[in-house]
Amino acid sequence: MTESAEAIVFWILAVPLLAAACGVVLARSPVHAAMSLVAAFFCLAGIYVLLTAHLIAVLQILVYAGAIMVLFLFVIMLLALSEQQLGFSKVRVVEVLGVVGAAGMAFLVVWALRDLGWMKMPELQRDDFGIVSFGTVKLVGEFLFTQYLLPFEATSVLLLVAIVGAVVVAKEKI
Amino acid sequence: MVPANWYLALAAVLFAIGMAGVMIRRNAIVVFMCIELMLNAANLTFLTFARQKLNVTGHVIAFFVIAVAAAEAAVGLAIVIAVYRTRGSINIDEVRALHD
Repeated sequence: MTESAEAIVFWILAVPLLAAACGVVLARSPVHAAMSLVAAFFCLAGIYVLLTAHLIAVLQILVYAGAIMVLFLFVIMLLALSEQQLGFSKVRVVEVLGVVGAAGMAFLVVWALRDLGWMKMPELQRDDFGIVSFGTVKLVGEFLFTQYLLPFEATSVLLLVAIVGAVVVAKEKI
Repeated sequence: MVPANWYLALAAVLFAIGMAGVMIRRNAIVVFMCIELMLNAANLTFLTFARQKLNVTGHVIAFFVIAVAAAEAAVGLAIVIAVYRTRGSINIDEVRALHD
């Protein structure tokens, strides 16, 4: 991909991503916020592809935009929220300070990144057939099942505990 | 090539938006969504540095972050349902049993 084409794709994905993220924060109804979040996840998956993280991009759509968002929507549907619970709270000093702090943090990081100078991405290595192996299922899977086998297995236990915990907590009578 | 700074700046802004959302929203479900945004910003940073250093470990960590986020969403939303059952509200200002 040529340089300018990659930059154009980056902006095509980055601007809707930030707009959708603002939509999550500003949307009045939780369903609209959830839909904005799905849009943000799809844009992020595109940016992951741009970073040649193909496996993570697919997982982003399958797990985040698929499974987790369905969970969110089910919970929103289960809870019949009244109108007064939807909106924002009264504007208080703490919240204004929080938003100012968040904006300041973003500004500081962007400022520091600007001072760092352009960090050029290195060229991807290609094998004999001209295929890039970086970020593919094969390469990431190799790492996952050799060097990171123990954390991987621990994750399966974590998910099991989370399922049991969710069932116990959400049960009618504990 | 798009420099790594752009991706990192994007992640920082995304994190800040999520953080602001956690501060100003009082609906517990929307607060959870903003936390997911912040987790994704962290993931974007991991993947950017993985690409910058041509090191797949960043992808492995992003994979674990996604798994932990799934577990967190399941347990968190179960807690939201339990709180709604007992108090009839998910406004995080009104849920302060541990606070008082």
